[in-house]
Amino acid sequence: MIGRTIAALLLAAAAPSTAQTIAISGGTVALGDGSEPIQNGTVVIRDGKVVAAGGMQMKLPAGTQVVDATGKWVTPGIVAGFSRLGLADVDLSADGADDSTANGPFSAAIDASTAINPLHTTIAVNRADGVTRAIVAPQAGKSIFGGQGAVIDTGADMSPVTSSRRFQFVELGQTGADKAGGSRASAHVFFRNALREAAELRRYAPGVAATTGETPDERERPMVRNPNESRVYGPDARRSEDVLLTRFDAAALVPVLQGRQYLLVHVERASDILQVLGLKREFPSLKLVLVGASEGWTVADQIARSGVPVIASAVNDLPATFEQLAATQSNIGRMRAAGVDVSIGMIDDNDTRNLFMERQYAGNLVALQRVPGATGVTWGQALAMITSKPAQSIGMGGEIGSLAPGRRADLVIWSGDPLEGSSAAEQVYIDGVRQPLETHQTRLLERYRYLPRRDLPEAYRH
Amino acid sequence: MSNRLFAVLAPAALLTGCAALNPPPKPAPAVHINEDPYPSTYVRYPGVPTVIRHATVFTGDGQQINDGTVIFADGVIQAIGSASLPSPAGSREIDGTGKFVTPGIIDIHSHLGDYPSPGVASLSDGNEATSPARPEVWAEHSVWPQDPGFSRALINGGVTTMQILPGSANLFGGRSVVVKNVPARTAQGMKFPAAPYGLKMACGENPKRVYGSKGSMPQTRMGNIAYAREVWIKAQAYKRKWDKYYAKGGDMPERDLAMDTLKGVLDGKILIQNHCYRADEMANMIDMSKEFGYRITAFHHAVEAYKIADLLAANDICAVMWADWYGFKMESYDAIKENIPLVHNAGACAIVHSDDPNYIQRLNQEASKALADGIRAGIPGLSEAVAWEWLSRNPAKALGILDKTGTLTPGKMADVVLWNGDPFSDYSRPEHVWVDGAEMYDINDPKKRPVSDFELGQPGEGDVK
Repeated sequence: MIGRTIAALLLAAAAPSTAQTIAISGGTVALGDGSEPIQNGTVVIRDGKVVAAGGMQMKLPAGTQVVDATGKWVTPGIVAGFSRLGLADVDLSADGADDSTANGPFSAAIDASTAINPLHTTIAVNRADGVTRAIVAPQAGKSIFGGQGAVIDTGADMSPVTSSRRFQFVELGQTGADKAGGSRASAHVFFRNALREAAELRRYAPGVAATTGETPDERERPMVRNPNESRVYGPDARRSEDVLLTRFDAAALVPVLQGRQYLLVHVERASDILQVLGLKREFPSLKLVLVGASEGWTVADQIARSGVPVIASAVNDLPATFEQLAATQSNIGRMRAAGVDVSIGMIDDNDTRNLFMERQYAGNLVALQRVPGATGVTWGQALAMITSKPAQSIGMGGEIGSLAPGRRADLVIWSGDPLEGSSAAEQVYIDGVRQPLETHQTRLLERYRYLPRRDLPEAYRH
Repeated sequence: MSNRLFAVLAPAALLTGCAALNPPPKPAPAVHINEDPYPSTYVRYPGVPTVIRHATVFTGDGQQINDGTVIFADGVIQAIGSASLPSPAGSREIDGTGKFVTPGIIDIHSHLGDYPSPGVASLSDGNEATSPARPEVWAEHSVWPQDPGFSRALINGGVTTMQILPGSANLFGGRSVVVKNVPARTAQGMKFPAAPYGLKMACGENPKRVYGSKGSMPQTRMGNIAYAREVWIKAQAYKRKWDKYYAKGGDMPERDLAMDTLKGVLDGKILIQNHCYRADEMANMIDMSKEFGYRITAFHHAVEAYKIADLLAANDICAVMWADWYGFKMESYDAIKENIPLVHNAGACAIVHSDDPNYIQRLNQEASKALADGIRAGIPGLSEAVAWEWLSRNPAKALGILDKTGTLTPGKMADVVLWNGDPFSDYSRPEHVWVDGAEMYDINDPKKRPVSDFELGQPGEGDVK
């Protein structure tokens, strides 16, 4: 056991450069694209990217480092479908350790990527359990708009952000109603007004079609420099006086209005889901993603027809609120069966820290296949729902979430079937870099593994 | 001086003398107060004699029987053993090939019914946060038997018994109630017959936050301890008064509901169920129990139990734990995934709990994670059969009902789950659940699935959940 650990460490030390080709062979390989696992598969990575993966035989270049994964499982790293990972270290009564909800004057303009701390214990704990990327949404504070969310990696370095301002997050269900003064109708008026205010500023933004001429000079007229930027530059960005949002917030919604930025909408109730789908008629450019959707199965056909993807809680089955009366663990399976593009997120479920539970939840959806009357998903679909599917829902399927050639080399070697909570991540690679799996927790285990008194106090065991 | 004293005493002596001529009436014999004024009305439902064969059986007390047979009838376990056990005449035979039989799971820490679904303010009945000491409140008077969560715990979780506790806002939160997971019109109808009461106590962050934010005591951990000690001092005086009354009769002392509960603890009749995360605070609570002469049965949410597993073992106190929750508050910051197996390894009593209407549906999976983490850490003597102790035997012990349920032992209540696969796998589900031998769930029969009043006529009524 110890010998193997040392060997593994030496291997890691031998691979300091990402230019090294690494072949992980002999394991059960699952690609994360919905296909079923492949026995005795191989994954080849180089320069931080996947070169090849599957049951193929390929000639490996000389000097390839071979990692023996016999008896192990190899999958893409888990992509936490909806989270607040990196925004808080401690959730309750710990001043300075929680950035997940901003209650200041800004809303839509808030950029979650500026608050991510890659050294939070939560990131290490999830990394050590095979979560390599996370979709991170800021929580709505005073407004229905939480702000702009990011995609991050969980690597042990100081560059956590994969994509900033990837999406805008808005609450249009019960929480939205609360933020808007107590009713859903009020939330919808607030939402439409916000997009109206954005529309006013749209004229300062570049068009959606590729620009042909030279870039306008901000000294001559105000502009949104970057379509994903939340600021209008220039001295003369005029607005009508009939406004509720700050200029920053209104400008941040311009890319949403233009369909350049995804709009993640949290709703649970069937009627709220239909209202959100209806927004597409009014604002055809919106790139909607439904978040939550506990009652989605009751209107699954309409969601499927709309083509709007869903990030749902996997195992909510309680009428926890009056907007989740029809909640069932079959929600995801039934939506998928109806043709909805659905993935798993942690909505209001320890979303700052327990993202590692998504694989257990995915396994629970597989279990439903053997419950009469329930609708489960296959193993391959379940894995895709915590890897490629959430990535695809925000347009990043070509970059993360599967072991297709060219994808970022985020992968995990597991002790066994990763959809069993009892399995553990043994090696984790992010962008091809082997990651440390030590955490605050593993250090505490070492310290307190044996309790008998020694020559010095526990504080000296480090 | 002495003369004067005599002068004063003389009339008294005369009076005494007079009284001696008419002896004082004997004190009235003590009237014992009713300690069970809201008694259980639970009556087991009818079942048929049932034999499960060819299953893997976890007995709940550490044993595994392969190709095992479990027989129950008349509400109780009749026999467990190998394939050769004969069936009673007329019994229902179930082929358990590839399946697993376990005792029903016991969740020692639940708020079903007192924090029910839907989680709206009008149904929020778990914390009487109006004083740090509210031992006079009883959780059973908050339990809403129509909480849909009970059914999920039964059909998805295989939970047959629960302790419903008051919340942890208070140092003394009130009495708990142990219930059978059988739907009823009243809480009394669910109440586990003859189960002792528990008293919920709490250390740490919650009481000091709740009352500190109101500007009243306690607002510190030292305030927590001081306040609790003051209460115990009163409780001891109350107990002395009543002990004297019960011994000698006379005028009945004035009753105090809060003190009744604490006296029950000091008498050893009510079990202390103590919410306490941190190792140092558990040690303080142990000393407090010794100072006032009561016993702590279990520390709940004991995320730092691994730091003092030896102390817990020496004091025969159970630790009630999650598998991997961590960091949601400062007192859970040092949670580690090996907590449960480390406590077990130290010879202390380890228990897996939920404190949550969702996690209660997957306690077997929580135990599975803890078991796997323990094995990976090299902790010896662990197995699935041993880990099942964390789910039924140990919680039964900590609830004072181990003589009635918690293991598959002949004569005990037939609280039994047949799983459609290894319950330590995420892919397995309860297929049948029996409580006192009555089949309360059958995965193949939609009519054998409880539907609460709240859900009738609502979207999703009677659905698989």
